[in-house]
Formats: sequence, C-alpha cells, structure tokens
Amino acid sequence: MILKKQLENFGRYCVFMTRVFSLPDKWGVTLRRMISEIYKLGIDSIPLVVVISVFIGAVIAIQMQLNIESPIIPAYAVGLATRDIVLLEFSSSILCLILAGKVGSNIASEIGTMRVTEQIDALEIMGVNSANFLVWPKVMGFMLFIPVLGVLSMFTSIIGGVCVAVFTDIITLSRFTYGLQAFFNEWYVWYALIKCVVFSVIISSVASFCGYYVKGGALEVGRASTNAVVSSSILILLFDVILTKLLLQ
Amino acid sequence: MIEVKNISKSFDGKQILHDVSCTFYSGKTNLIIGQSGSGKTVLMKSIVGLVRPENGEILFDGRDLMKMDTLQVRHLREEIGMLFQGSALFDSETVLGNVMFPLVMFSKMTRAEMLDRAMFCLERVNLKGAESKYPSELSGGMQKRVAIARAIALNPKYLFCDEPNSGLDPRTSILIDELLSDITHEYGITTIINTHDMNSVLGIGENIIFLNKGHREWVGDMTQIYRSDNQALTDFVFATDLFRRVREYLNSRH
Ligand SMILES: Nc1ncnc2c1ncn2[C@@H]1O[C@H](COP(=O)(O)OP(=O)(O)OP(=O)(O)O)[C@@H](O)[C@H]1O
Ligand SMILES: [Mg+2]
Repeated sequence: MILKKQLENFGRYCVFMTRVFSLPDKWGVTLRRMISEIYKLGIDSIPLVVVISVFIGAVIAIQMQLNIESPIIPAYAVGLATRDIVLLEFSSSILCLILAGKVGSNIASEIGTMRVTEQIDALEIMGVNSANFLVWPKVMGFMLFIPVLGVLSMFTSIIGGVCVAVFTDIITLSRFTYGLQAFFNEWYVWYALIKCVVFSVIISSVASFCGYYVKGGALEVGRASTNAVVSSSILILLFDVILTKLLLQ
Repeated sequence: MIEVKNISKSFDGKQILHDVSCTFYSGKTNLIIGQSGSGKTVLMKSIVGLVRPENGEILFDGRDLMKMDTLQVRHLREEIGMLFQGSALFDSETVLGNVMFPLVMFSKMTRAEMLDRAMFCLERVNLKGAESKYPSELSGGMQKRVAIARAIALNPKYLFCDEPNSGLDPRTSILIDELLSDITHEYGITTIINTHDMNSVLGIGENIIFLNKGHREWVGDMTQIYRSDNQALTDFVFATDLFRRVREYLNSRH
C-alpha cells in the first residue's frame, strides 16, 4: 500500500520534471529569475554555512585528538582525519541535509502558498508553463551555486580546526597543518562537489514538487514543507550511499 | 462566442455539475448567477480548463478545448484574461509588476510601450498612484481592481471574472461593473462574470445563466428576470426584502 503510493508519487514526480525541464518561453525573464533565486537560496545561506562549518570543523578536530591519542598513532593522524571527514562527508552530505531544512522548506512553502492562493492557476491561465517558470530557475540557480557553498564549507571547516590548534593547547598548529597536507587525494574534492550538485537537485526539485501539488489551505502548506524536508533528507542519505559506492570504489 | 455542451463534473463521487449546456456571446456581458456552492466557480474553471470535466464539449469559437493538447491550450490561453475569486496577485511583484507581467511574457512591445499600456490599464481601474505598492499593502477591493487591470492588459478575446465585486462597497462595485461592461462593448470581448450580486445582475446582465445545485435552471436577460415564473430563480432573485418590495411596487403599478 505504502509502496504503491510511493511509486505513484515517483511517477508524478517524473511527469512534473519533464514539465519543468522543457525550454523556457522567455530566456530573459527566466535568467533574471535565476539570478534572484541564487541570491535567495544561495547567497542568503552563506552565513549559516560558515557558522556551522567553523564549529563542526573545530569539534571534529578536538574529538579526533581526544579519541586517537596514542603513542602508536602517527602525528599527522588528527589533521588528516579532520580533513578527510570534512571532505568526504561533512561538506557535502551533512551540509546538504542542513540546507534541505533551510532551502527545502523555503521553496515548498513559497510554491505551496502560490498554489493555494491560485497564483499558479493565474499563471496557467495566462498560458505560462507554471512548472517551468517557477521551478526551473530554482533548480538551476541552486545547482549552479551549491559548489560555492561546498567549497566555502570545506575551507571554513578547516579554519575551524586550525582555530582549535591556534587558540587551545589540545594540539599544536604544526602537527595539525602537517596532517592536513599528508596523503591528500584530490579526487575527494571532486567527489564532494559531485555529491553536492546531485543533492542540490534533489532538494530543490523534491521541495518544488511537494509545494506544487498542495491541495487545500495554509495547514497543508505547512505539511508540504515538512514533507519536503523529510523526503529530501531521506533521498539525500540514499543517494549518499549510491554515489559513494559508485565514485569511491 | 463560447459554447458549452453537456458538461458534468464530480469531486470524490459527489456530482457538482449536472449536464450543463450554455452559450456565451461576444460583445455581451454574460452572467452566471446562483447561490453560494451552486458550482459557479467550478463551471468557470471547467470552461478555461483548470478543472477537467468528465464529458462534454467546450467550444471557443468552434475550437474544442477538450480535444486540445497542452501546447494548443497554452496558445488559446493567451487570448484569455481571468480574474480569480481571491484576486491571485503575485505577492513578490509590485502592482505595476503584476499588470506588466502578461505583457512581458507574451507581447512583443518595447519596455516603454508596456509601461504605457500598464499605466493605461491601471488608470481604467482608478488605481493611478498605487503602482509601486505590493499586493499585501492594498485593500481587498484594490487587489481586485489590480487583478482586473492585469486580466485586461493583453486585450483578451475572452474575459472571465469570478465575483469581481464581492467584498466591495456598492459604489466601487458599480464602477467595476460599468468598467467590465464598457470594455466588453468597446472591444467586443466575450465576458463571463460569476456573481450573486443582484445589483450587477440588473445593471449589466445581458445574458444571464442561472445555476441551481449544478443544474442550468434558467437563461434570459435582465428584463426577463422579473417576469420569470421559475420558482428557484424567483427565490434567489427576491431573497432580500428590498427586491421583494421593488417587485410589489412594480406589480402595483400594473
Ligand atoms: N477542488 C475541489 N474538490 C472538491 N470539491 C470541490 C472542489 N471545488 C469545488 N468543490 C465543491 O463544489 C461545490 C461548488 O463549489 P463552487 O466553488 O463552484 O461554488 P460557487 O458557486 O462558486 O460558490 P461561491 O459563490 O461561494 O463562490 C462546493 O460544494 C464545493 O465543496
Ligand atoms: Mg465561487
């Protein structure tokens, strides 16, 4: 029963996506909307990303040092482990889970409100492809900007770790920076960015889908935005496993 | 001219429209009247294709909406203007942005021409000076008028208005009715208005369709409506004390 419902939803999602990714009628209008979505979804998320990354980076560094302090473990281990955790998991998957909460609920409630106040019907009546007009700029804008957020998060997390080394005596700066540079694998950065891009598409498209098919009133808009966050989080975790298997093995 | 032939619609097993047929004429104000919940909005949304009826035909000057594909529907809709019951203005755009919207999307005008046209439409609905406000800063009646300006911006061939004067004071309401009637005659638009306001019915009703519980009960114009002996219609028209007294007065003069 639940499976049937999920399959049905997946089918509707696919149909919705074909409507979203038809060619825009007016490129000028669409691109202008995309720029404003980049501001709203991307640039506005920068403070959140910076704050969270600095703190998590610091915490990872401290915990690594406390947990693996042992004479047989080499000096570079803490810096290396911090770097790899940040690159492999935090700056892509965890970051996107957090953004699913912020960006996903924002998109779902905005589009859902447009649905229940008949603004989407008004677009349709004018002869506009409303799915394309509303959703394309969001998906494309967020997808283009997410690598910036990912790279920013990587840098600021490392800075968080460095701060621990500089301002506390838990670990010395030279050991930490030595660890950061040891056995660096460039592919990890690409892997993280690929994950970010895939997750960003999941967040924006799933949230738009949830908002677009709201029926009813303000209550349902709230429910749709919760749904958007829950579904996109689960899908992010699922795709995390799939992509890791595909890209790292 | 729009011809509606035998359309029916149910929601969740409950039938809302029962085999409705009616004709809406060009250059005339066509009114759909009926009690709250009688299916006026559903009928209007069926005609424009926002709700899909189970069967029947909807002919826009001979072109059947029910047989069109998405692209054809989209092209047809460029000829349609619609005013929604709840105005449905775009929150993120200013008043001017809302009225300019259809022009930006569909006309080949230059920016200056669009501005001219938008200002002209705003002037027609008496809203000059409010163009830089946002919909949330306007009163309900002002929102309605912006929505009318937006609906007529592209000179539509077919104009649909769902309760254009609900929530307006009598004077503004009459102004809106006159405006709709004027543009209908001036440009030969096929105008369809949902209303339960008897003032509009008697003021501008050239072709009146009375819906009762989803059935098309009566068709006529504003002069015939007094003399009708249809019970449901007279119950509806003479529901208020004022109209009963008018009827008594008219009868006593004969
Ligand atoms: N999307 C929908 N799903 C289920 N039922 C609906 C839907 N839309 C309308 N209805 C039902 O159809 C009936 C007619 O509704 P409609 O909105 O057409 O009334 P109306 O004549 O426009 O009334 P009003 O004058 O109050 O606007 C109502 O009983 C309503 O519950
Ligand atoms: Mg209605």
